[in-house]
Amino acid sequence: MNPRASRLQPLAKRFEPYQVERLRQAFPILAQRIYGKPLVYLDSAATSQKPQAVIDAMSRFFLEENANVHRGVHYLSLRATEAYEQARAKVQRFLNAAHAEEIVFVRGTTEAVNLVAQTYGKVHVHAGDEVLISAMEHHSNIVPWQMLCEQSGARLRVAPIDDSGELLLDELERLIGPRTKLVAISHVSNVLGTVNPIRRIVELAHAQGARVLVDGAQAAPHLKLDVRALGCDFYALSGHKMYGPTGIGALYGRRELLEAMPPYQGGGDMILSVSFDKTLYNKPPYRFEAGTPNMVGAIGLGAAIDFLTSLDPVALAGHEQAVLTYATQALTAVPGLRLIGTAADKIGVLSFVLDGIHPHDIGTILDREGIAIRTGHHCAQPLMQRYGLAATARASLGCYSNQQDIDALLAGLAKVQEVFR
Amino acid sequence: MSDALRELYQEVIVDHGKRPRNFHVLEGATHTAEGFNPLCGDQLRIYLRLADGVIEDIAFQGQGCAIAQASASLLTLAVKGMRQEQALALFARVHALLTEGPGSQAAPETLGKLAVLAGVWEFPLRVKCASLAWHTLRSALAGDPAPVTTE
Repeated sequence: MNPRASRLQPLAKRFEPYQVERLRQAFPILAQRIYGKPLVYLDSAATSQKPQAVIDAMSRFFLEENANVHRGVHYLSLRATEAYEQARAKVQRFLNAAHAEEIVFVRGTTEAVNLVAQTYGKVHVHAGDEVLISAMEHHSNIVPWQMLCEQSGARLRVAPIDDSGELLLDELERLIGPRTKLVAISHVSNVLGTVNPIRRIVELAHAQGARVLVDGAQAAPHLKLDVRALGCDFYALSGHKMYGPTGIGALYGRRELLEAMPPYQGGGDMILSVSFDKTLYNKPPYRFEAGTPNMVGAIGLGAAIDFLTSLDPVALAGHEQAVLTYATQALTAVPGLRLIGTAADKIGVLSFVLDGIHPHDIGTILDREGIAIRTGHHCAQPLMQRYGLAATARASLGCYSNQQDIDALLAGLAKVQEVFR
Repeated sequence: MSDALRELYQEVIVDHGKRPRNFHVLEGATHTAEGFNPLCGDQLRIYLRLADGVIEDIAFQGQGCAIAQASASLLTLAVKGMRQEQALALFARVHALLTEGPGSQAAPETLGKLAVLAGVWEFPLRVKCASLAWHTLRSALAGDPAPVTTE
């Protein structure tokens, strides 16, 4: 192991109680200055920053192990294959899946949802059937289902939410019926921060024979995950939201479901044998991984999981909740500010609007203070319509966020209000 | 606050952003076009009444950031009473100002109130906000039915 990476492990173990300042040192980018001001990174829900251990693991792969996986008989190919499969095993343990074959590497959550829609969906969703999503979904958990419904003649139904951003479970229960083939729901909303009651939703869906796909993109960096405890049939996540690289993600699928699913894309690695008359498909997960995979991405995702699991989950959650509570109280006290998303169970996403000031003007003024937030519709236009908004400003937290970040945000918002006084 | 920010959010911009002029539907409009930047959520519709090649009246409605609203508001004040070709020539000069900055051929001092848009040049991500109304005007004059976007 790289000496820098190995030093990080014991350091991470010493975050008891959670020592955020120590942890920040593991993220080199956070030491940067923007327009001469210290970087205040409050856009982790868009993408998280990367710890040195992830950067090192990826460069080490290129420096020492790079070769194509599952193909060569030579030494490096074997090592690369081992590293790639170890990364799969890390995802399996991270999700507490029963088998490594239940983990399919994909480009990210978006590809995972599309994969399920175009394989499981194509086989099992027909004209007259229904796919149920919620009003708080990201476009990536809406559009693939709309495409499937257009192809199959099935109907897309939408479970509503209340003003605080919580799912209306009674309504959801009413919407699940014998025609419901699939329920696709986010574990955590990228706009509202709401944590959805997945176990309950799975119970309701399974009682009617429907399968459940969980979009875990926003949950993976914050919550302890256990797909067997959740009982879901599919779970999707993205590496770059959880301190890993872009271009890699994972789809968990129950083994018996994956085994019965047709391939997603055709190509190398997804076959057993090919002739011009007939091709025999490989078994899962390889059936769904056509072409040379994103090997270094998988290595990086594995390193990100090592990093995340090196943190005490209770301390991590405690710290993130403490910063969220501080931020919520601070923002609530800003005159003319309205928080969008105030569910009882939520993680560190703070969407807000300011009276008479457009989110993009907020974003530009904060940017010049070195503060990075997201503004816009956050790839959730139907949710924006639900609140009658074109856009919001969104500050989102990561494991490295601290009180100073929130204090800087408040000072920045005071400047915004001064400009528009 | 940085000088660039002060330059961007000049009083005129903030004022027109908050209280856009000619902000209404125009009765008897002969030309109209819609501009929409879906990533931002900036949306506006320009209405104009053209007679003998002269923009007799112009108005707009929509929602967006201060830069987009102010740019549209200033546009309506600037082109009202202009001949169609004068308005198009002004479009070209404003476009140059936004994309090339104060050093462009379009000398800001000859642009009157529109010179306040010079500050946008230093904010590449906001040029699309300022230029949306202008592209929409051009589309309305051309009678192009497709919505305009500057993203």
